[in-house]
Amino acid sequence: MSKDLESLEESELKDSPFGRKISLSVRVKEKIIEYFFAVNGVVALVFVILIFIFLFKEGIQALNNIGLLDFIYFDQVQLDDSLKRLYEWYPTSSEERYSLLPLIVGTLMTAIPATIISTLFGVAAGVYLSEIANPKAREFLKPLIELFASVPTVVLGFLMLAVGASFFNDLLSPLNRLNAFIASLGLSFVIIPIIASMTEDALRSIPNDLRMASYGLGATKWQTISKVIIPAGFSGVSASVILGFGRAIGETMIVLMASGNAANITMDIFLSVRTMTATIAAEMGEVSQGSDHYYALFFIGIILFTITFFLNLLAEIIVNKMRKKNVF
Amino acid sequence: MKNKTKILTEDLSLYYGDKQALIDISMQIPEKQVTAFIGPSGCGKSTYLRVINRMNDLIGNVTISGKVLVDGIDIYAKDLDVVNLRKQIGMVFQKSNLFPKTIYENITYAPNINGIKDKKVLNEIVEKTLKQAAIWDEVKDRLHESALSLSGGQQQRLCIARALAVQPEIVLMDEPASALDPLSTAKIEELIHELKQNYTIVIVTHNMQQAARVSDKTAFFYLGELIEFDTTSKIFTNPSIKQTEDYITGRFG
Amino acid sequence: MEIGKKHKDIKGTFFIGLTKVLFVFLVFVLFMIFGKIFIEGMDIVSLEFIFDEPRNNMTEGGIWPAIFGTLSVTIIMVLLAVPVGVFAAIYLTEYAKDTFATRIIRTAVNNLAGVPSIVFGLFGLGFFILFIGRGIDDALGTGLIWGQPCLLWASATLGVLVLPIVIVSTLEALNSVPKSHRDASYGLGATKWQTIKKVIIPQARPGILTGTILAISRGVGETAPILFLGAAFFLPNLPVADICIGDYCIPMINPAEQFMYLAYHIFILATQSANPTLTLPIQYGSTLVLIGITFLLNITAIYMRYKYRKALGKI
Repeated sequence: MSKDLESLEESELKDSPFGRKISLSVRVKEKIIEYFFAVNGVVALVFVILIFIFLFKEGIQALNNIGLLDFIYFDQVQLDDSLKRLYEWYPTSSEERYSLLPLIVGTLMTAIPATIISTLFGVAAGVYLSEIANPKAREFLKPLIELFASVPTVVLGFLMLAVGASFFNDLLSPLNRLNAFIASLGLSFVIIPIIASMTEDALRSIPNDLRMASYGLGATKWQTISKVIIPAGFSGVSASVILGFGRAIGETMIVLMASGNAANITMDIFLSVRTMTATIAAEMGEVSQGSDHYYALFFIGIILFTITFFLNLLAEIIVNKMRKKNVF
Repeated sequence: MKNKTKILTEDLSLYYGDKQALIDISMQIPEKQVTAFIGPSGCGKSTYLRVINRMNDLIGNVTISGKVLVDGIDIYAKDLDVVNLRKQIGMVFQKSNLFPKTIYENITYAPNINGIKDKKVLNEIVEKTLKQAAIWDEVKDRLHESALSLSGGQQQRLCIARALAVQPEIVLMDEPASALDPLSTAKIEELIHELKQNYTIVIVTHNMQQAARVSDKTAFFYLGELIEFDTTSKIFTNPSIKQTEDYITGRFG
Repeated sequence: MEIGKKHKDIKGTFFIGLTKVLFVFLVFVLFMIFGKIFIEGMDIVSLEFIFDEPRNNMTEGGIWPAIFGTLSVTIIMVLLAVPVGVFAAIYLTEYAKDTFATRIIRTAVNNLAGVPSIVFGLFGLGFFILFIGRGIDDALGTGLIWGQPCLLWASATLGVLVLPIVIVSTLEALNSVPKSHRDASYGLGATKWQTIKKVIIPQARPGILTGTILAISRGVGETAPILFLGAAFFLPNLPVADICIGDYCIPMINPAEQFMYLAYHIFILATQSANPTLTLPIQYGSTLVLIGITFLLNITAIYMRYKYRKALGKI
């Protein structure tokens, strides 16, 4: 045995073409490039944090200036010196009132019906596209749904205002022409594509083996859909509904244009309401920077951001749990 | 005494669009025996198998000509209840395709969609089929755990149990052991041997030795045609057709 | 064996039928709605409408300043968001290992995508205008130029809003580049940057372009973020300024100016115009133009993605 590999001298390595080391300049250049990319990489994270910080920075002043309880109720002194507890959002009154209750009710009165309607139509559409439509139809219809998802929300708001309100006014004679119902309908147009698209993706990703197994056991198409496919894709469908709900809560233009913008606390879907988002949108342009009202609006922003943040997180956890359970 | 014919095809041809995948296949498969299909990959064995329970219908663009009779009945008749047909014929696939549900739920899936809801009856079915599939002892204490937590061999045996749950008369197996280790394969072959007392079994296999071990009759497919069909011992010791002999002896594969 | 004639699966037929009906109803309603916009809008949309100035309190004339403003914002937004988004995606696929940190980044991208648009408006105000803008003004001692609502900050805010779209599209494009191509490049002795520059980015270009188009489409349609970041209903001049070198002047987009914006224009016309009946045709017209732009962009993006996926054999 002439030479053990291990006993090759360092000097011998240096001469062999295989032993050549990377030149310093190249190494430095590559490192700089890597850091450049890394900086860009964390940008998204940085902005999420920045949003939180800057919302917080302005909004937290509201707690100082206004106080947490005042965001819930305001005790108004009556003529007979008794106290009446008001739950009103009325920052421009001489007795400023900052109760968030009407705004939260308004948001829920539009977001919840919208999510219910959208889940019905969206899941149906998703099931249809994934399981029932033939492949040629699907190729045409799925982009169609995507196209409708791209409609600007201001257009949907405009439509509800110009067409929807009058149509339903004639049909149902509601108390307020612009109300939570009209706004919910408008919201549905945004959310249905979200739910439909995600549901279709979730169901399509279920391997065909399972369908074959079900048919092989003598199940009908509907039995296969309802007992095998939908249960298997349930996490994906739920995540889409959660995201849809989050979107409904955070939507601004449609509710701004179609909900009537009256801060009522009501369970009547045919009355005008005011959502949190519409409040910020409508009033921010009017406030002077540094006023209580200004800080209050930022405070609402914090609440919105927090709610949607957690809904998004929840949806992501569900999707990840599904991926882990997946033996596919 | 010759066994009754369970499945009969006469001049069966199948086309995927323009491409002919099965060419004039005439075969009579006997009842309560094991019939094996052998032949190189892609020669129509699985396609022919899926003709029997009309699973090919689920793939688009498939046309069939010729006769297919099960128990003397034309199963391609115009208004035949295909869903019901598949309840009478069990199928085991190459890769286990258990549902992401519990072991118990996988077995009771088929009885359930047939309207059997009585817990007692379902429990009996579960125990019976799992015993038939020789897996009862291994899973009886974890019926309500996920079926996907079992090993590959166990999953495949569970698939067999699931197929038996509706008490089919025919069981079709498409390379059931090809993805399994030798021990699991042996267990499945043992299983097949037991089952043939009560069921007509048709098995597609890549593995000639397996066909020799397990089947009573063997059919050799080549490029969509049925080359030879005879008792297993004859096919493997003294085949009539040269092509069969060449394949058996490994001259091509 | 009991082999027999087909029997009616009533329940199944009903539910499958119901699904079909719901779907058809949905598509029908959508077509009705957009049909209405098309019919009403086509009456007024013409080349004049697009390139003309508004007249007579927005009851006559065209919408050119709004279109110009939208274009300006979009250009700056793309210049800001696309490079950052593309480089971020490249980092995530080519450099970062699958650690806790990268998963947090991906979560952040998803979360950014779900932030309500009005919150972006607040962010733009609090961060870009008040913090950065005022900061620049203080540092340069120029008075109040950058510390107020203007094109630049509106574009920057929209840029942050569309960032996830660019990142996700680019990620998809980068992931479609087969591992074998990377292996081949490294195997031939190329450095990481060379591989990225010469092999990966060129292959991912269609996907990056798709992402850009989708980002533009989204940005054009967003109203809430820019409500108080510089959009105005009526401005006498376009946001341009001359950059002069000696006697030679080139007009360029002035990012420190306020601007008119098509989506904002529709909003104000529909809710706050002095005479809604008279401005109604203009509302429909503007809406048609806006939808026309968004649909055109999206159809292009969808078509590109379709062709790209087909070429890769995914369809």
